[in-house]
Amino acid sequence: MKSLAELAAIKEKMQNKVVLREGSSDIRVVVGMATCGIAAGARPVLNAFVEEVNNAGLADKVTVTQTGCIGICQFEPVVEIYEAGKDKVTYVKMSPEKAKEVVEKHLKGGSVIADYTISNI
Amino acid sequence: MVRAQVLICGGTGCTSSGSQKIITEFEAQIEKNALTDEVKVVRTGCFGLCALGPVVIVYPDGTFYSRVEAEDVKEIVEEHLLKGRIVERLVYNEVAEGVEVEHGNVSLNDTTFYAKQKRVALRNCGVINPESIDEYIAMDGYAALGKALTEMTPDEVIQVVKDSGLRGRGGGGFPTGLKWSFTAKNQADQKYVVCNADEGDPGAFMDRSVLEGDPHAIIEAMAICGYATGATEGYVYVRAEYPIAVARLQKAIDDARAYGLLGKDIFGSGFDFDLFIRLGAGAFVCGEETALMTSIEGNRGEPRPRPPYPAVKGLFGKPTTENNVETFANIPQILLHGADFFNSMGTEKSRGTKVFALGGNIHNTGLVEIPMGTTLREIIEDIGGGIPNGRKFKAAQTGGPSGGCLPASMLDIEIDYDNLVAQGAMMGSGGLIVMDDSNCMVDIAKFFLEFTVDESCGKCTPCRIGTKRLYEILEKITNGQGTLEDLDEMEALCNYIKENSLCGLGQTAPNPVLSTYARFKDEYVAHVVDKKCPAGVCKKLLSIVIVEDKCKGCTACSRVCPVGAISGSVKNPHVIDQSKCIKCGACIEKCKFNAIIKE
Repeated sequence: MKSLAELAAIKEKMQNKVVLREGSSDIRVVVGMATCGIAAGARPVLNAFVEEVNNAGLADKVTVTQTGCIGICQFEPVVEIYEAGKDKVTYVKMSPEKAKEVVEKHLKGGSVIADYTISNI
Repeated sequence: MVRAQVLICGGTGCTSSGSQKIITEFEAQIEKNALTDEVKVVRTGCFGLCALGPVVIVYPDGTFYSRVEAEDVKEIVEEHLLKGRIVERLVYNEVAEGVEVEHGNVSLNDTTFYAKQKRVALRNCGVINPESIDEYIAMDGYAALGKALTEMTPDEVIQVVKDSGLRGRGGGGFPTGLKWSFTAKNQADQKYVVCNADEGDPGAFMDRSVLEGDPHAIIEAMAICGYATGATEGYVYVRAEYPIAVARLQKAIDDARAYGLLGKDIFGSGFDFDLFIRLGAGAFVCGEETALMTSIEGNRGEPRPRPPYPAVKGLFGKPTTENNVETFANIPQILLHGADFFNSMGTEKSRGTKVFALGGNIHNTGLVEIPMGTTLREIIEDIGGGIPNGRKFKAAQTGGPSGGCLPASMLDIEIDYDNLVAQGAMMGSGGLIVMDDSNCMVDIAKFFLEFTVDESCGKCTPCRIGTKRLYEILEKITNGQGTLEDLDEMEALCNYIKENSLCGLGQTAPNPVLSTYARFKDEYVAHVVDKKCPAGVCKKLLSIVIVEDKCKGCTACSRVCPVGAISGSVKNPHVIDQSKCIKCGACIEKCKFNAIIKE
């Protein structure tokens, strides 16, 4: 290793792989992954969130995780977003495409996409 | 894209409780459920809660599973990783372990075991894969070395270490920065850095855990030390009994060499440094710095008189800096975050944190790192989860066979170097053995002394013969043949050994005797005057008897007695023949009516 830049490059490359273990992020994206959720296609949604959050460079701020049945099976895949100091946002009938949009507009841009939330169904 | 990571402890404790099998099973189940691209399995170093191993943590949620068996893995994968439902029956439950926490606690960071800890030396243990240099770099690894080599002069590095207040974590507590400056001052064609990983105190295993969980931190710190003191070669002296630590350290050294973080012209600064492992064969005396260097040189591990100190004439006769593993583990953090980061923790004369290995009669046996100044009560009752089986705390032994005991009246002292020495104990390397009221203090002193008798290298007479004679006096006392004169002679001999031994091993060997004698004199007196062992441990002073009016004559005791010492007819009180009884206590456990007691 001949320069600090080389070290920084490795750190940059590896950052996303260990950031998961830091735990306390500002925002938590929770995907319902019970049988109902999985049947309705929650897994591609979960994976889309993980991928898009990383692509958007938000991995240190946003934790994408999963939970069991939220109890509104007819609206699966359900995704809930928790942010300190703000009300919980519940998105329903999600798809990978909608997930990408949520990352872009909500997580990055800060504005809730009202059309996809439970209150608009 | 990886969305979840399963961290499995691969430290020695969890490996012996079967974590390798669990890793294999996780990999198989993850593949079976087609989760290979989404879930990654990482083998880490020690998490610290060894009593609950094998330990598994699932991120990003940080769910902490304990005592996981291979059969449980299928359920964790199918429920938690696939469906997001935490397997509650496997979650570490502090309520069941004797500590109250709020309901719903699943993450390790929320447990009282972790909440009071401050992990500096152990920061990466249980967090990164110790065999991946890239993961270490991702956690700011080698950034401190980079900073030192490119932005700081050797004197500036030493000044930061001095200002941090770091003192030697191997037991002596000598200021680390000062030690470095001594070596730096001496001119020589070759200087060395030595890492003392010859961890020998019974019950202490923090050095092993650091080497197993974060080996690059030691490599980085030794290179920094080499830069600061002008040394270009380093040796890690580690016990051959630590095969996992040795293997991971060797891999770490190889990886660091491949990246050019060891070798020539590191970071283009012109600084060369390389590192080698030397294996010790497990002699306790080789943890003493001069004996250790004698051993590295290929000679029989015996101490040599100081001065000259290693900073003047150390390894191969050259100026040498020797530090303990835990001391080194703090160095990269101090350089990265500044002296104040470390200085702000701890007490006035003992800065920073200290790792303790909790053992003995305590719920959470394992490894904890706490700020200096934490009270003994917090360590034992909060972090350690208290004493099991409803028994009472009697004493804690710190510093292993060189240390002393702290009785219940000292539960509220703040732990630091000077407070412990003032109380007749010592920090030592950080072994903390907790004893409840079923322990006999004379027997404990005898136990530690037996260890030093075995481990005395034999070079000087006070240690070689003195400890042996001292052990014989203790044996006499525990056999019920001691007299009050023996106690006086014991004390005088202790002081003689302390004053006249060549090295630290002999000088501290009488400490367990002196300290238990000072704190529990009445127990010693009971052994020699009343010929009784109050704790009921010393077998020769003990008789097991059946209380006549409690005995129902069920015959359970006579059937379990291995030597046929109990006689009596059905439904009539039984009697123990004292000449046959070997005091094994099997009958006491068997009796349903509490009719058999120790006297």
